[in-house]
Amino acid sequence: MSVRVLVAKVGLDGHDRGIKVVARILRDAGMEVIYTGLFQTPASVAIAAIQEDVDVVGLSLLSGAHLTLAPLVVEEIRQRGSEIPVVVGGIVPANDLAELKTAGVAAVFGPGASADEIVTTITSLVAQSL
Amino acid sequence: MTELSPYEQWQRAYEASSLRDRPFTTMSGIELEPVYGPGDGEFPGQFPYTRGVHAAMYRSRLWTMRMFAGFGTAVDTNKRFKEIIHSGGTGLSTAFDMPTLLGLDSDDPMALGEVGRCGVAIDSLADMRDLFSGIDLSSITTSMTINSPAAVMLALFVAQAEESGVERKLLGGTLQNDILKEYQAQKEFVFPPRQSMRLVRDSMAFTAEQMPRWNSISVSGYHIREAGSTAAEELAFTLANGFAYVELAQEAGLAVDAVAPRLSFFFNAHIDFFEEIAKYRAARRIWAKWMRGHYGAHDERSWQLRFHTQTAGVSLTAQQPEVNIARTAIEALAGVLGGTQSLHTNALDEALALPSQKAARIALRTQQVIAYETNVANVVDPLGGSWFIEELTDEMERQAEEIFGQISDMGAGSMLEGCIKGIEDNWFQGRIAESAYRLERSFNDGQRIVVSVNDFREGNEDEELSILRITNEDEQKQRRRLGEVRQNRDNEKVRTALEVLRLAASDPEVNVMPALIDAAKVYATVGEMMSTMAGVFGRHVEVPFL
Repeated sequence: MSVRVLVAKVGLDGHDRGIKVVARILRDAGMEVIYTGLFQTPASVAIAAIQEDVDVVGLSLLSGAHLTLAPLVVEEIRQRGSEIPVVVGGIVPANDLAELKTAGVAAVFGPGASADEIVTTITSLVAQSL
Repeated sequence: MTELSPYEQWQRAYEASSLRDRPFTTMSGIELEPVYGPGDGEFPGQFPYTRGVHAAMYRSRLWTMRMFAGFGTAVDTNKRFKEIIHSGGTGLSTAFDMPTLLGLDSDDPMALGEVGRCGVAIDSLADMRDLFSGIDLSSITTSMTINSPAAVMLALFVAQAEESGVERKLLGGTLQNDILKEYQAQKEFVFPPRQSMRLVRDSMAFTAEQMPRWNSISVSGYHIREAGSTAAEELAFTLANGFAYVELAQEAGLAVDAVAPRLSFFFNAHIDFFEEIAKYRAARRIWAKWMRGHYGAHDERSWQLRFHTQTAGVSLTAQQPEVNIARTAIEALAGVLGGTQSLHTNALDEALALPSQKAARIALRTQQVIAYETNVANVVDPLGGSWFIEELTDEMERQAEEIFGQISDMGAGSMLEGCIKGIEDNWFQGRIAESAYRLERSFNDGQRIVVSVNDFREGNEDEELSILRITNEDEQKQRRRLGEVRQNRDNEKVRTALEVLRLAASDPEVNVMPALIDAAKVYATVGEMMSTMAGVFGRHVEVPFL
């Protein structure tokens, strides 16, 4: 069974270059990728992730709202009784990493993260959660 | 009377130009001509303007050092604006936060976590007043980088200026107001494309009639490139959008010469030095030919493509960020050698956050080094005549023309319809995503090197820079300010103004600008004006695709 990933844009950030490139990189690596479009809310992402029964949720955040929005997505998923891991990609300063980890974010891919790093991390996260 | 040669014509124009009081010599004292080339060739200031729109270019006047800034509340940004002016910046450019860009008030539930983060939060006339407090708007030009709510922001700007005693006809500046590239690339849209284009039409008609110094649209390739397009796609999509706005104006009964001189352009300066210079030269040539040939413009100002340049945000790295100063300097130099009218240089820390004050100052200083130390501004189009640059310019033009053909086919001969159809079919979006993917793959497989990212990584572990932090406190502060505005205004007047706006929006023959200005003056908020119009226009949802 291939790994299923939901990639999502939460909030008002319309920058979708990164999410589209990463989605194709994940597909190239044999994963199934679902994208629900721009301007999603934390609740809509959680509902889609559970309905689609994905293995990982990948959030793309470039607007600086990651400290507010990423923890809310984790919370909405956990409130629905699911342990799906959430990873974040985008403009995330190193100082914010600890806070995101504490909030339950499983991995963060900053600017310049390589395709290999993203694929390997997601693959091992899924292996751990099985 | 014998006809003057291109050189003689240029010479006349040059002699009629005022010049900066500088020695136009090399550092070692060699006297420099204002431009070089054979006497029967093309000279700057001459159709089709490949070599520049003015005969003397930077010998008359340097480019405007227009620094893009905005964060937190209007009071915070006003302070940064004053710092920029104090450091020698010669123009202002306003960055708005995400809620403002999408026409939402700071207390909207969707705005949570985004207020003041990526730019300044503007909710009402009260914020607009604070934003420009103490800045003389008749002496410094202002650019406002906003699109979906562009007409609303223009209304607030006019209301604010008139309140401070500056007549609208004296206001100089630029509204980005380029909605087509929002659907294609930046994705900050609110209304469906055709309804958005109606607002563009209204603001164009209004400024053409009442604000002669105002640039109604800054047709922007910057975001198309940042979203991942190639240089030729940036060039072609941007100019095609420009043609679409001209056709829109013509459909509304406005003469091409009434609107084209008030269109300006905005291009990216990416890291491929010569390709960028060729892109700017080709842009001027294509625009001139199309305006005169296809659209029948007679006024030479309609033929002259003027543009702003910003260095490429996507070329910056979070690793070893100081190296970004070098990247930005090279990109900025391409903009200058390509004949830009104004320039924003990115700060070294922008792969991490909005720029700190120090980083923003270094970025401005980079422009000042190019302007005042290198002597590159002494000679117009210094690379013109290079076999390489001329061929690359021709190739850019060829590729762009091929794309125009595809867009025109989609619109059955209309660039306006072709641009809208291409958006509705995700044609532009798909091409941009494909180019972004290819470029990323070339980095991933090591075909292309990015210093500090996929090679030369020693030093990546160095200490972090001190970056600008926007806190949730700023968000709270802005919400409180908005609450006060709502409390202190006359809500009956607001209701009436919004009803007048709703009626204006409902009649496609009516221009909404007067209703927006009246609503702005009684402190209707950006969110209220936008949702009133959304009630009539509907909202756009992009069909997700990968």
